[in-house]
Amino acid sequence: MSALAYDGTAMLGRQLRRIRHNMGLLILTQTMPITMLLFFGYVFGSALAMPGEEYRAFLVPGLLVATAANGIMTGMFQAAQDSHRGVMDRFRTLPISRAAVPLGQAVGDLVVTAVGTVPVLLVGLAVGWRMEGSALEAAGAVGLLLLFRFATTWIGILLGLASRSEEAAGQLGGATFILPLLSNAYIPTDNLPGWLRTIAEWNPISAVTTALRDLFGNAPVPTDGAWPVTHPVAGSLAWCAVLIAVFMPLAVRRYTNGGR
Amino acid sequence: MTTTYAVLSEGLEKSFKEVRALRGLDLAVAEGTVCGLLGPNGAGKTTAVRLLTTLLRPDAGSARVAGHDLVREPNAVRRAIGVTGQYASVDGDLTGRENLRLFAKLRRLPKAAARADELLDRFELADAADRATSTYSGGMRRRLDLAASLITRPAVLFLDEPTTGLDPHSRNQIWETVRALKAEGTTVLLTTQYLEEADQLADDIALVDRGRVAHSGTPTELKALIGSYAEAVVAHADAMAGAAAVLDQLTGSRPDFDRERHAVGAVTTDPTLTLPRLVRELDAAGVPLLDVNLRPPTLDDVFLRLTDRSTRAGTDDRADTQSGGRTDSKELVT
Repeated sequence: MSALAYDGTAMLGRQLRRIRHNMGLLILTQTMPITMLLFFGYVFGSALAMPGEEYRAFLVPGLLVATAANGIMTGMFQAAQDSHRGVMDRFRTLPISRAAVPLGQAVGDLVVTAVGTVPVLLVGLAVGWRMEGSALEAAGAVGLLLLFRFATTWIGILLGLASRSEEAAGQLGGATFILPLLSNAYIPTDNLPGWLRTIAEWNPISAVTTALRDLFGNAPVPTDGAWPVTHPVAGSLAWCAVLIAVFMPLAVRRYTNGGR
Repeated sequence: MTTTYAVLSEGLEKSFKEVRALRGLDLAVAEGTVCGLLGPNGAGKTTAVRLLTTLLRPDAGSARVAGHDLVREPNAVRRAIGVTGQYASVDGDLTGRENLRLFAKLRRLPKAAARADELLDRFELADAADRATSTYSGGMRRRLDLAASLITRPAVLFLDEPTTGLDPHSRNQIWETVRALKAEGTTVLLTTQYLEEADQLADDIALVDRGRVAHSGTPTELKALIGSYAEAVVAHADAMAGAAAVLDQLTGSRPDFDRERHAVGAVTTDPTLTLPRLVRELDAAGVPLLDVNLRPPTLDDVFLRLTDRSTRAGTDDRADTQSGGRTDSKELVT
């Protein structure tokens, strides 16, 4: 285990250096949620029945979670990029822990996400979103957000390692933008047709979003709906546990056996 | 003294879907020697290297690298080897220095930064050390790749086509490094397309064809296997038959004819057949000679002769490829 910690730390260093050398991309991906917050908040906010300020307060947690769900895309792209480069072969011929490379990627991604959350929250504060709950609850919300990001990154790493090329990964990754559309991240699910509402409420994004709204004190927990939405914190933790338990071992195995 | 083998494989097999890449590879590389894996494209050289470096798992067969079983102790093998692939296997997003430091850390070196600087100097990369390696030239990247394989001195170094696409300067530099490593006792297994490279560097050559080692030996032994080519150019077409009779008798192999040049040639493995003797015998038989050559084979000839598929049409036994040199020697003249 200490070998994994050591190798994983070295790989985390690699990941952070890679990110630092690609600052342009980093800034682009980090400003995306802010752009969306402003567009959605003011464009949709003025068309919906909900008052604009209230919608923007509703939207901030949703956008944070939708952005966290992009871990699938980011993880996939980076893993695909790596697996089609010779450097992976070198890692595989080194006497290092097999999980170190993907773990370094996942943790590096988490660091970036944590830092990237700050400007979104600041812009959120500027457009009317507030932390109504306690500091402890707010910290819990951020923790849950990062846990969810960690879980989605492993899905991405697995898909990225399995994808045939960087381009294929990019295309499939781009398709993940529909996931938050099928959830309560941008809109309340109450008025959706029954079957669609069920799908949306069983979407992990909905559970995490509801949990964040609850912990930040932006909206009360719905009393009716699917279990993960009516028990959002437990639902989110359960979803994250399942995703990590399934995708992390698969991704590590895929990495270990890559090409064998 | 018994020979210790740094690489010893028996019956290694590996298939990819429909393709049987290796069909029983037996390889023995003595410790401290340089072994060249030669063979046409698709012969299985790269698959062999990927198996021996733990990147692939064999379907059948066994191998020991630096004394460790490939399948049972992959990490012990990994600790003992250095690998430089066909494509530069360094991280393009990182600088040269960052790459070497990372690999030094992963090799648990206490002074990773110092080791990185040392290698950057040794491979003339100090000036480019802080640039992303994606901006490096092919030669620079290959040098960095080699440096990354030498962070700790490996017992066995695998080089998969280390100089493909390199300019002569970079190539010489890599050759020098290989010679220096051998002098320090490192065993080197290299695959190459360049026969000159194998001739220059390898103590032993394993000629790989269709997933097996078809022939192995020192370059001299392999050359002896296919023999020299004796050729007589005569004044007119009518004299060719006479020349052919003499060559047939001297070499014991069937001569072949080039009617345009009025040339007759035959392969010989007889070491007593010298050029003066060849001239004397032909002259004594009254052959009107214009030119005579006795050309020792190059490694190119060995390669073409022993791996060329066309010469093997209708033969499926490997013994035939050796004697094949006596019945058809067209390729030798090319």
